[in-house]
Amino acid sequence: MLSLLPHAADLPPGIAPLAAAAMIATVSLTSTAGEVLTAAAMKSIGDLDEIRAHSGLKGAIRAVLTCPLFFAGVSFLALAFFALLFALNHLNLSLAAPASASLTLVTNAIAGKIFLKENVDRRRWAAAVLVCFGVYLLAH
Amino acid sequence: MAHARLSLQQYLILAMVAICAPLGDSCLSRGMSHLPPISLAHPLTLIASVFTPWIAAGIALLIGFFACYLTALSWADLTYVLPTTAFGYVVIALLSHFWLHEYISPYRWAGILLITLGVGFVAHGPSLTEKPNESLPPQDAPAEPVVQMGDRP
Repeated sequence: MLSLLPHAADLPPGIAPLAAAAMIATVSLTSTAGEVLTAAAMKSIGDLDEIRAHSGLKGAIRAVLTCPLFFAGVSFLALAFFALLFALNHLNLSLAAPASASLTLVTNAIAGKIFLKENVDRRRWAAAVLVCFGVYLLAH
Repeated sequence: MAHARLSLQQYLILAMVAICAPLGDSCLSRGMSHLPPISLAHPLTLIASVFTPWIAAGIALLIGFFACYLTALSWADLTYVLPTTAFGYVVIALLSHFWLHEYISPYRWAGILLITLGVGFVAHGPSLTEKPNESLPPQDAPAEPVVQMGDRP
């Protein structure tokens, strides 16, 4: 039967498959929340290249740093970062990095469509799935 | 203004996104693998690890990645920018094969092919979802008064 849990053979001794799956899921979910909030913040700010052309680099930095949504996104990305450090400390890189990256691609496509109202057409769904499988194959 | 098609400078920013992220992750991995196991009972140990050289180098690269990533998100969709970050794995794998002469298994070549196909799919589409109220006047607030059927002479 196809299981969503990592195989015990892929895990370091003493790590249960459920614990490994929980670590990977935590990285993916916090990362998705952070990326969606950050993307929403950047869309609300506008084109940074144009802001930099009009107001300089300081103006662009000020525009980003005065957006509350950006800090909400960065907080979740920081959580995801420490969750990844924790996972890397307990799991092999060849499992933790591609598994969380693959899962994050799919959860971001879903979140982008629901929360950001992005046009996730067949082309983008296909890309998300292809890249997801590709990242996983690359690590094996 | 947002652009559905990207300029050369914007493609360069996406290339930086693709390269800085995997290099930063590799530095973090190397740094963390040289530390003793960290438990949740001592979370401050995790904070202290940030100041070790490999972790610090990884963080510096990830800051560069984040600056480019934020810039990209300001003119492109999240679902357009994200596959680019995965393309970094391909860059690293190809560098390790042609530069370091490391062996790449058929599974890895298949992975490289799938990621390249996926990124190619997205790159050929529009980079930004056009919202109706960004380019067109609002549909529910017409400039001219609406003529009802019963108003006609």
